[in-house]
Amino acid sequence: MNAPTGLTLAEARAALAAKRISARELAEAHLAAIEKLNNLNAFITVTPERALADATAADARIARGEARPLEGIPLAIKDLFCTTGIRSTAASRILGTFIPPYESTVSARLWAAGAVCLGKTNLDEFAMGSSNTTSAFGNVVNPWRRRGDNRDLVPGGSSGGSAAAVAARLCLGATATDTGGSIRQPAAFTGTVGIKPTYGRCSRWGIVAFASSLDQAGPIARTVRDAAILLREMSGHDPKDSTSADVPVPDFEAAVGQGVKGLRIGVPKEYRLDGMAPEIEALWQQGIAWLKDAGATIHDISLPHTRYALPTYYIVAPAEASSNLARYDGVRYGLRVEEGGDLDDLYEATRGAGFGAEVRRRILIGTYVLSAGYYDAYYLKAQKVRALIQRDFDEAWRSVDAILTPATPSSAFAIGEKQDDPVTMYLNDVFTVPANLAGLPGISVPSGLDASGLPLGLQVLGRAFDEETVFRVAAAIEAAAGFDALPQLRAA
Amino acid sequence: MTYTLEGRTGPWEIVCGLEVHAQVVSKAKLFSGAATAFGAAPNTQVSFVDAAFPGMLPVINRECVAQAIRTGLGLNAEINLWSRFDRKNYFYADLPAGYQISQYQHPIVGKGEIVIDLADGSTRTIGITRLHLEQDAGKSLHDQHPTKSFIDLNRAGVALMEIVSEPDIRSPEEAGAYIAKLRQILRYLGTCDGNMEEGSLRADVNVSVRRPGEMYRTRCEVKNVNSIRFVMQAIEAEARRQIEVWESGGEVQQETRLFDPNRGLTRPMRSKEHAHDYRYFPDPDLLPLELDPAWVAELKAGLPELPDAKAARFQRDYGLSAYDARVLVAEQATADYYESVAKGRDPKQAANWVMGDLFAALNRTGRGIADSPVPAASLGRLLDLIADDTISGRIAKQVFEEMVDTGADPAAIVEAKGLRQVKDTGAIDEAVARVLAANADKVAEYRSGKDKLFGFFVGQVMKAMAGKGNPALVNEALKRALS
Repeated sequence: MNAPTGLTLAEARAALAAKRISARELAEAHLAAIEKLNNLNAFITVTPERALADATAADARIARGEARPLEGIPLAIKDLFCTTGIRSTAASRILGTFIPPYESTVSARLWAAGAVCLGKTNLDEFAMGSSNTTSAFGNVVNPWRRRGDNRDLVPGGSSGGSAAAVAARLCLGATATDTGGSIRQPAAFTGTVGIKPTYGRCSRWGIVAFASSLDQAGPIARTVRDAAILLREMSGHDPKDSTSADVPVPDFEAAVGQGVKGLRIGVPKEYRLDGMAPEIEALWQQGIAWLKDAGATIHDISLPHTRYALPTYYIVAPAEASSNLARYDGVRYGLRVEEGGDLDDLYEATRGAGFGAEVRRRILIGTYVLSAGYYDAYYLKAQKVRALIQRDFDEAWRSVDAILTPATPSSAFAIGEKQDDPVTMYLNDVFTVPANLAGLPGISVPSGLDASGLPLGLQVLGRAFDEETVFRVAAAIEAAAGFDALPQLRAA
Repeated sequence: MTYTLEGRTGPWEIVCGLEVHAQVVSKAKLFSGAATAFGAAPNTQVSFVDAAFPGMLPVINRECVAQAIRTGLGLNAEINLWSRFDRKNYFYADLPAGYQISQYQHPIVGKGEIVIDLADGSTRTIGITRLHLEQDAGKSLHDQHPTKSFIDLNRAGVALMEIVSEPDIRSPEEAGAYIAKLRQILRYLGTCDGNMEEGSLRADVNVSVRRPGEMYRTRCEVKNVNSIRFVMQAIEAEARRQIEVWESGGEVQQETRLFDPNRGLTRPMRSKEHAHDYRYFPDPDLLPLELDPAWVAELKAGLPELPDAKAARFQRDYGLSAYDARVLVAEQATADYYESVAKGRDPKQAANWVMGDLFAALNRTGRGIADSPVPAASLGRLLDLIADDTISGRIAKQVFEEMVDTGADPAAIVEAKGLRQVKDTGAIDEAVARVLAANADKVAEYRSGKDKLFGFFVGQVMKAMAGKGNPALVNEALKRALS
């Protein structure tokens, strides 16, 4: 048997059920790995006592024959999810010591399914970033390195801590959130599987809001099957979130391995960017070939408004964020900086000290685009374009069942690269943002390595609430790719 | 006749529209389950949603929506089956989220109207522009500490209906009548308790002045006026201020002002108190509010009879004057009381008793109709005793006072005090004989043609019988004896 940290979630589940390993052994192995790879800075808060207590309780249930779907499975939670009694920071100074008295619906579901809590993973501050360098708790290091180059690389963002933890075998899976690509891009950068489900599939209740109409929780795991197992437990209608969908949650795992025979796969021409790395294009073609070989049919499609997705996103998301982050004012909880003066001085001192540069930039952009005189030209126009982007996809679904694209325009970059200009950084999300604007499910599957030995991902998009097809296609790519490369920095 | 204010250079007309904020009667807040009761200890009715904790989300309270629909229906207004909540963004310490959830572009209720009743008995129709749902903010207390402000979030998130009128109001009296009528309708509907002292009903007053016949001039908004009297005073004061500005060659600037009731003047708000760019945008945490027409129809079917309809029915069915009907329907409880007294009895007599003796007794005892010392059923039984000649109307007044004091049943009082009317003609004849004998001079005058003295004899006989003589029989006996 593999080392405990080398197991997939599905393998660990089987080993626990067969009593070949105890939940406690599994938890201890992962806690040791977290400690050993502390320099990845993947976690903001590790909860060893909680993990061991959870694991002990899980072992007792397994012994009684009362195991639940994730009994004894050690998971990490992105520090954007509020967790009762555990500091929940959003990687921001302004919430640096905030301990919520409530549990997010998604994490509560995981604990109710028997999962073991290892701790809270690092992220870009308030989930704003594509490199995990905006965290107030320091950047996360990608477990992967370029061949012959010892420089630290970014894990992607904003769910960089979750992706790095999964890739480095510090946990069997992790929760993440995706507003413009924050699950899929770090998954692609770390050779892991990350799915952003349909908007409304997972409750947003108890997740620190970035951009409410785009935010969606999802899992990062090492296999498509593991992601399917986790997503099922994270999903479901929640009356506490008005945008949560009251639709049945299928057995996503059952979709994995159903094959793609007869599925119609769309390849959108607008995703072929000028100056895109040839190896990205090659990988895409490879993916097309794999799916064709597996029995799918390939169709050229057009999503004509794709080029407006990124600018639209960078209006809608900051607009909502500027309003969502107004509550961090130093009055009721979180950081408070008092330097005398009046209420406005309290706001300025607290928010100036509490928010990092990227968060401040987005608050300013968002405030600007909603301001009198600019609202129509920016926010309203962006909403109209968003509707057009949604319509593009609606059109596409008349002729195809899923869409295949690259997940990112490049592999992971070094810390410090792409940071001279925020717009260059924003370009990371170019392939992932449309799914958020349209509310559609999208998955990133590790599909190959670039010339420097770094993982690259392919993205599969599907119809709203048709994650099953997305999983089927992703599983076919995973099987064909046989991706078995390992990151240099890892446990086991 | 048009109401005008006389300036130095001639008459000016007032143009006024009101924005009334009415607190919705509901157990829970608009978007959270926290309680809404008035007077609780500070910050004891606050949920994590109300305090805008990270990750908390609003969920619309169905009852608040129902109350807004009922109100819209009660104002004969269009109900918008599709409406939307927007965020109104501004920073203040008692606004935890940094935005108020309101309905800016797409309110739940559209155009409607209110018929107001004026003192001279006439009515006027005032247009309603819209009604929308929004959250209240918390309360800032600046007088509890020398350097700090205290915040009470009990009110934060409580549902308000903002009811906006057209600029149809032309005098302070009309504004007062508008609020009074609106308040009455809201109380009938049970959608707002209308309690202005507790802040359940507050008004923002938009005022401008113009020469008769002119187009509108620039208006000012006087914010947060919390009594009908102050609204009327604020309009007059603001109108006079604007007239002075125009007449001295100046120009009224559109601005937000506050009314100082002590000085009877309005003053501009400090710029920090407003001057916001609210950056409205649709709240992405909430779906648009889509109403099932069947539900709206159901709410409509469940509406109570409203004051105007009730007053018309009182006039029609009970033969009351317009004035009496209006007085009796002022409060739902009074109308109910009256109807249970009037049912099966002389409705005019019932109205006189309710508006006369009962109102006087309520005034005197400081009680309301709901906890009247004399329940409607008892007053009804008292009227029955008059109707079947057990007691006279005069004795009834005496019995009524006893009922107010003791709460006893009228029949029991009549028996205990021996107030039953005397119909024994022998006893009456005897009393008549005594009175005539004692007033022989008056009898002579009467017989010499001074007919008016008949009333005097009636009074004397009744007095002799301690008021208990049956008036008809006393009359008869007197006529017989004097003929």
